[in-house]
Amino acid sequence: MNGTWLDFEKPIVDLERRIEDLRGMATPERAEIVEELKRLERRAERLRRDVYSKLTRWQRVKLARHPRRPYTLDYLRVIAPGFLELHGDRRFGDDPAIISGLTQIEEIPIVLIGHQKGRDTKENIHRNFGMAHPEGYRKALRLMQLAAKLGCPLVTFVDTPGAYPGVGAEERGQSEAIARNLVEMAHLPVPIIAIVIGEGGSGGALAIAVGDVVLMLENSIYSVITPEGCAAILWKDATKAEQAAEALKLTAHDLLELNVIDEVIPEPLGGAHRDPEEMAGRIQSAIVRHVRGLLALPAQELLDRRLEKFLKMGVYLEETGPIPAPAGEG
Amino acid sequence: MSWLKKSKEGLRTPQRKRELPDGLWTKCEDCGEILYQKELERNLWTCTKCSYHFRISARTYLKILLDEESFVERFSEIVSTDPLKFRDTKRYADRLRKAREETGLSEAILVGEGAIEGRPLVIGVMDFSFLGGSLASAAGERIARGILLALETRHPLVLLSSSGGARMFEGILSLMQMAKTNALLARLSDAGVPYISIMTHPTTGGVTASFASVGDVILAEPRALIGFAGPRVIKQTINQELPEGFQRSEFLLAKGMIDRIVHRNELRRTLASLLHFFAAAALLPQKPRRRAGETLARFRAVGGPIASTPPPAPAPGAPLQPVQADSTPGVTAPGVNGAPSPQGTQGPQGPAEAPDEAPGTTPGGSAAFPADREIPIRE
Ligand SMILES: [Zn+2]
Repeated sequence: MNGTWLDFEKPIVDLERRIEDLRGMATPERAEIVEELKRLERRAERLRRDVYSKLTRWQRVKLARHPRRPYTLDYLRVIAPGFLELHGDRRFGDDPAIISGLTQIEEIPIVLIGHQKGRDTKENIHRNFGMAHPEGYRKALRLMQLAAKLGCPLVTFVDTPGAYPGVGAEERGQSEAIARNLVEMAHLPVPIIAIVIGEGGSGGALAIAVGDVVLMLENSIYSVITPEGCAAILWKDATKAEQAAEALKLTAHDLLELNVIDEVIPEPLGGAHRDPEEMAGRIQSAIVRHVRGLLALPAQELLDRRLEKFLKMGVYLEETGPIPAPAGEG
Repeated sequence: MSWLKKSKEGLRTPQRKRELPDGLWTKCEDCGEILYQKELERNLWTCTKCSYHFRISARTYLKILLDEESFVERFSEIVSTDPLKFRDTKRYADRLRKAREETGLSEAILVGEGAIEGRPLVIGVMDFSFLGGSLASAAGERIARGILLALETRHPLVLLSSSGGARMFEGILSLMQMAKTNALLARLSDAGVPYISIMTHPTTGGVTASFASVGDVILAEPRALIGFAGPRVIKQTINQELPEGFQRSEFLLAKGMIDRIVHRNELRRTLASLLHFFAAAALLPQKPRRRAGETLARFRAVGGPIASTPPPAPAPGAPLQPVQADSTPGVTAPGVNGAPSPQGTQGPQGPAEAPDEAPGTTPGGSAAFPADREIPIRE
C-alpha cells in the first residue's frame, strides 16, 4: 500500500526501520549489535505505548483517514475471497463508491455492502473518494431486498466522508435515497450488522448503517458532520477542525459511551494499517459471532429489538415543570 | 448543515417583526413590493404580487392549517439538554437558553393532535427560528412519540418541515434521530397509516434525508429550498455556478421528487382533500398485505388454476409423479411422496408444501430465519 505516515507515527516507524536494518546485521558473535537491538526494541515499545495510549480525537480522525488504512475490498480479500460483486441500481447506473455482492463467511451466506475508497488518485476519481450518489444507495437497497428475499444476513462496511454533494446527486434525489434506506433497513426481516471501518460520514454513512448490531473499529470515527465542516460553520475557520473533533465526540469509544454503537473492535497497536490481516481476522470473528446470535432470533423479535435499539437513541429531558437551564461546563 | 448562517440572518430580522411589524407596511423580501400589512396577513404571509412565501412560525402554521381550537399540543415536556457539553465559540447550553427566550418555544418542533374539516390527525410542525429548525434528541423524540400516537390512533400523520438539518451540538445523537424517526415510519407504513410530508423553505440536510422525503404524499410550498447538501457546499465542491432554480420546489417537482407544489393559501384545502380520501379508503374492507401464501394456494406451477383445468401430461424430461388412483384430477395435486399434500392444493414444488409451514408465510423466509414477520392487519 502506498501513502505516507502521519506525523505522530513517523518516529515510531523510523525507529522500527532502524531496528529492521540492525536485525539484518545482528549475529550472535556481534554482541554489541544484539545489545543495541534490545535497547531499541524496548524504546520502540515504550514509544508505541506512549503515543497510542493517549491518542487525541483528532489523531483518531487522521488514523481513520490514513492513506494506508485498509478499505472494504482489502478486508474482503481476506475474509471473503469468493466475493461475487453485483452491480447497478436498475434505475440509473452503477456507483463504484459503493460495492455490493454475495459471499460466504465461514459457510454462512451473506449479502455484503460497503463504501469503497480509492488508494490512488486514479482510483479515487473512479470511486469518488467513497462518496456515493443516489444510485449507490439504491444499489445498496436492491441488495438489501435481495438479502430479505433469500433470508441472508446483511453485513455492511461503512467508510465514507459523506454522501456526495453535487448537482447530479441532488437531481436524482440524494435525500430520498438515504431516507428510503433508513426506512427499509428498519424493517428488513434479516439480521443486519454494520461495521464502521474508517470514516462514518453523516447521512451518507447512516444510509447503510441501520443495523441490529453496529460495530466500530477502534480508530474509526462516526459523526454528524466532518470536523472541518463543523469548524467552518461554528468557528468560521476550517483550521479549527481539531477543536471541532474534540467537541463532536466522534470516536468509537465516545459512541460506545453514548449508546450509539454496540461494540468497539480493537485494532492492532498503531492501527488497522499496521496489520491488515490481523484486523480482518478480528472483523471476521465479530461478524460470525453476531450473525450466529441474530440468526437464532425469530424475525419479529429481531425487528422489535432493532426498533427498540434506535428508539432509545438520544438524550433529552422530560420535564413537567418549567424548563431547567441545561447544565454546561463552566 | 449551513443553517447557522441563515438563522443569524433570521435573528437580524426576527420573524415576529415580519409578522407583526410596528408599521402598516412590509417590504417583500423577494420582489421588493411594499405590501399593506393587513393584506399580507390575509394572504397568509405570501406576497400578493410575486407570491413569495414569508417564513412563518410553527404556531402560525397550526392556526392556518387546523380547525379552530382543535390543536392539542403533546410531548412538550420533552426538551433538549446538552449531552456532549458542546462548546465552540459559545456553549450549546447558552444557545439553547437564548433560543427559548427569543422564540418562546421549547424545541424546534411542535407536535400534537388536531383536526382538519373534522378529520383528526397527528401533526408536527418545525419552527426554523429555534436553532434553525435543527433536528436533535428532543425534536427527534417528539416526532417519534407523534408517530407512535399515529400508530395507536390510526390517524394520519402530517409533518411540516423547515430545517437546516441535524443539530451539530448533539453530534452523533442528532444523526441517530434520522434513523429513529424513519424506523418508526417503517412501522407506520406496515400498519397502513398515511403520512403526508410538507416541505417549506428551507428543508435541507438531515431532515430532508430522513422523514421529510418519505411521505406517502410530499407537498412543498412554492420556491422553497429543498435539498440534501446546501447550495454553498455544492458550489464549493464542484467549483461551478449552480443551475437556475436548482434545489427549489419547482426543480424537485420536475425531477419527480415531490408530488405537488401547493401555495400556502391552498395548503389547508389540499390537506383536507387528502384526509377525506384517506378516510374513505379506510372504510374499504382491508386485506392483509404481503401474505403471498394465501394466493399461492390457488395456483400451482404446472396446470394453472386448480379447479378448472385437467392435470397436464408431464412435460418431456420432467420427473414422473406417481398419481394416486383415487385422486380427483384437478382438485388434489399429488405430493412429492405420492400422497396428497396436506392442504390438498399444493403443487409439487409449491413453497407451502412443507406440512408444518403455514400458508401465510411470505416468500422472504428461510428455514433458519422464517419470514414470520407480522404484517399488521387492519380492522
Ligand atoms: Zn413579492
